[in-house]
Amino acid sequence: MSDNKKSFLIINRKAPYGSSAARDALDVALTISVFEQPLSLLFIEDGVLQLLPEHNAAAIGQKNLSANLAMLEMYDIDQLYVCSQALEQRGVRPADIKLNITLLDQRGIAALIKQQDQVLSF
Amino acid sequence: MTLHLINKTPSESSALSSSLSAVSEGDALLLIENGVYAAMPGYAELFTRLPGSVQCYLLENDVQARGLKDLNQEFRHIDYDEFVELSCRYSKVVSWF
Amino acid sequence: MENLHVNGQIIPVDNEGYLRNLEDWSRPVAEQLAQQERIELTEAHWEILQLLRNFYQTYEMSPAMRPLIKAITSELGSDKGKSIYLMSLFPGSPAKLASKIAGLPKPTNCL
Repeated sequence: MSDNKKSFLIINRKAPYGSSAARDALDVALTISVFEQPLSLLFIEDGVLQLLPEHNAAAIGQKNLSANLAMLEMYDIDQLYVCSQALEQRGVRPADIKLNITLLDQRGIAALIKQQDQVLSF
Repeated sequence: MTLHLINKTPSESSALSSSLSAVSEGDALLLIENGVYAAMPGYAELFTRLPGSVQCYLLENDVQARGLKDLNQEFRHIDYDEFVELSCRYSKVVSWF
Repeated sequence: MENLHVNGQIIPVDNEGYLRNLEDWSRPVAEQLAQQERIELTEAHWEILQLLRNFYQTYEMSPAMRPLIKAITSELGSDKGKSIYLMSLFPGSPAKLASKIAGLPKPTNCL
């Protein structure tokens, strides 16, 4: 079994609502985890906006992505990487994010992508 | 006088920058959907050159949905009814979608 | 699937037998859903159903098997946090079957 493993990275580049990108990425992440493949998630550009806590998506008739992201640890998806520059550009403090994340700079992001067998971008 | 509607984040498209260069005295700016992210602290600089007579608004439902707090104080939060009212009050509505 | 008839009320279900409206769920509704699956609900079933409903309330999704077992282990202990235990209560496909009886949507990404 162990030689069948491939490492996956999902890159999130889009805001949580306004398109289906964030939800599609979540679906793929959960599916990969069911096959017990090593998985990391990377949040860059507008993708960091998915990580803001306490969405009230009922106000626009949608489901809360923030509740679903809190569930990732139950699927043992705990490798969450975040572009520090994207946070800074938007005026988000890392402490505002309630999930357990690792901050990366541009070089760290390049290194993370290089390590993976497969990279999917949403 | 014109109401400018923006529904994309500053990095998602050029909607916001295009609208900002097309705004005249007495116009209003309303951020909706993903447009509301432009009122985050990191983007305050974008709005500093607007004429003082330009009113800035945010659609509150979209703010709440996205869990946004500590937004740019220059923006007044409105609900759907006020959205309709604003659309009627201005002679033109331009959607920068 | 036929809609349920519980205490004179019609409860709509989808073509796989999952409730269409989450707020229609009640103990009598759960009992009828279980009966259709030939399961008689005991206290051991109810504590899993309650845990599932709490999971859904927190995360707004039904869990697949692995996260369900993880949640059970942390709340009801490692004796119960085993797939063999769940199989004995909800035979076949426990995550799907238990979600159905708990009145929740079908878990996605479930093998």
